Amino acid sequence: MSSAPPRAVTISRPPSAREIFVNRAFRGLTHVFAWATIVLLAYILFEIGSLAVPAMNEYGADFVTGTTWDANREEFGVLPEIMGTLYTSLIALVIGGALGVAVAIVLSQGFLPPVLEHLMKNIVELLAAIPSVVYGLWGIFVVIPTVRGPAEWLHEHLGFLPFFDTRLSGPGILPASLVLSIMVLPTVAAISREAMVAVPHKLREAAFGLGATRWETILGVVLPTASAGIFGAVVLAFGRALGETMALAMLVGNANVFGWSLFSPGNTLASLLANHFPEAGRVEVGALMYAALVLTAITLIVNVIGSLIMIRASSKMQGLR
Amino acid sequence: MIPPEGIGAARRGATGDPPRIDVPDLERSLKNVRTLFSALMSVVTVTASVVALYPLFSVLYLLIVRGGRRLGLSLFTELPPGAGMIGGGIGNAIVGTLVTVGLAAVLAVPFGILAAIYLAEYGDGSRVAGVVRFSAKVLTGMPSILTGVFAYAAVVVVTGSFSAVAGAVALSILVLPIVMLTAEEAIRMVPHKMKEAAIGMGATDTQTTLRVTLPTAMPAILTGVMLSLSRAMGETAPLLFTALFSDFWFEGGLGEPIATLAVLIYNFSGSPFDNQIDLAWAASLVLVAIVLVINLAGQALTKRPERR
Repeated sequence: MSSAPPRAVTISRPPSAREIFVNRAFRGLTHVFAWATIVLLAYILFEIGSLAVPAMNEYGADFVTGTTWDANREEFGVLPEIMGTLYTSLIALVIGGALGVAVAIVLSQGFLPPVLEHLMKNIVELLAAIPSVVYGLWGIFVVIPTVRGPAEWLHEHLGFLPFFDTRLSGPGILPASLVLSIMVLPTVAAISREAMVAVPHKLREAAFGLGATRWETILGVVLPTASAGIFGAVVLAFGRALGETMALAMLVGNANVFGWSLFSPGNTLASLLANHFPEAGRVEVGALMYAALVLTAITLIVNVIGSLIMIRASSKMQGLR
Repeated sequence: MIPPEGIGAARRGATGDPPRIDVPDLERSLKNVRTLFSALMSVVTVTASVVALYPLFSVLYLLIVRGGRRLGLSLFTELPPGAGMIGGGIGNAIVGTLVTVGLAAVLAVPFGILAAIYLAEYGDGSRVAGVVRFSAKVLTGMPSILTGVFAYAAVVVVTGSFSAVAGAVALSILVLPIVMLTAEEAIRMVPHKMKEAAIGMGATDTQTTLRVTLPTAMPAILTGVMLSLSRAMGETAPLLFTALFSDFWFEGGLGEPIATLAVLIYNFSGSPFDNQIDLAWAASLVLVAIVLVINLAGQALTKRPERR
């Protein structure tokens, strides 16, 4: 028997000193970048905050309650913008939320054969992939002309209601909110679908076994169980709607007034920033930074609430398993 | 259903006469109020879903019909026309979009992946990791226009000019958290067995991560990268007052304003000139085509291994 030349007995060996050094360095590097994320967020908030400080000292709380935005007289107030932001987002949320939950139900409760269900899920995702500026363009050339007729009719016949007491002159709250609702729909649909899929099968089957119809099961079992997740989805979508810029800047009319009429032009914080920033002077930039800070605060609060609800929703689900 | 005399009665019946148990009608009939309600709700919901998807098809239809009109070689090779001029193209905006988004990717992707490695591997469970993850989530929820405001303050004000770099910084803040969170997920999906095998052979953590974990997680990481970049491509708000716009070709000046498709669409959408509006539609078609291709390619990357 010829003995084979002794080769390395095993391919494993302890790391060399160089490898240990590289290892330390690499671990350190990832640690640095992880920290950098925190620093970046802090830096963003600091940068926006520090540029807003002069305007904050100058205008104080009047900024939030003031209603004029006049760069020439250096008079700045964002109440109409705050109201406009909340108003358009709420309308979008009602429409987009209802449609989104409907889509989520269709996509999670066995209405469609699996192939179609998968296809439709992808189509909803595509809806989210279309850039907002394209929706804005579509809004100008499709939504505004389409809603003009019905808006005119509503104004003629129901003009005594505060929601319809002006004419639609073109851009306005309604077209902006409609387009915004399309943009929040995929968020609501995707997250609330997740919540509905997470409802344990045995709960649904138990309901069916008791003789409940499909909709008795959905309304009595699935939706209540998934309610926290759906609510979280709606709050997160609200956060998204508050910060959405382009579709609103293109469709809301950019008038620094607020009215309850759906057909009147208005403005939002984000579209105020988009419209005034490019050619703002030094003083106006300060005021715009203040406005950005207000927007940051509003979206931050809404998003943190949304995230907390989502976390509680998923821990509640775990109890059911 | 239990007969009125009780179960005992039914059982007694079984010995003598055949039992008569009153079974409710098992056939589905719309005459039944409950079934009718269920059916109506189904119709309403399915209709709502169709309504919800209508805008997508309307947008795509218009993009093809109105944007397709201008589709031709000159669209890609010519500069945007001025007010009232005819012809022209969007060549510089296409180049500019790719440059800005590419630069944003260079800034954000390595950053995001390294931080994700920390989150999923080295710092897992630590308090720092929790705070980092929270920060990343806050960044995802941050309105895109605010990243523009930040880039304006941090880059435009400091350097004194609108620039491609400022635009890229703004976009990179949007890309970063998406890359980080999807990469973390992807790294966590790598089976422990594989890592343990590497460590068992004496590999350092770094070697395990770079040679085993990352290559295995790479398709999923790339999906996240491509999805985030496709989102960044369509972003307009952060570019309005950072990258601004340029009527000229990009000539390597990253410190100068640069044209992008998204800003071009916004600028031309309010134009009174039909030529510019047509170009806005054509630019939208090109933009959506690029976005969808990247998006679908990204999704295809992760779907393939699943089927194996």
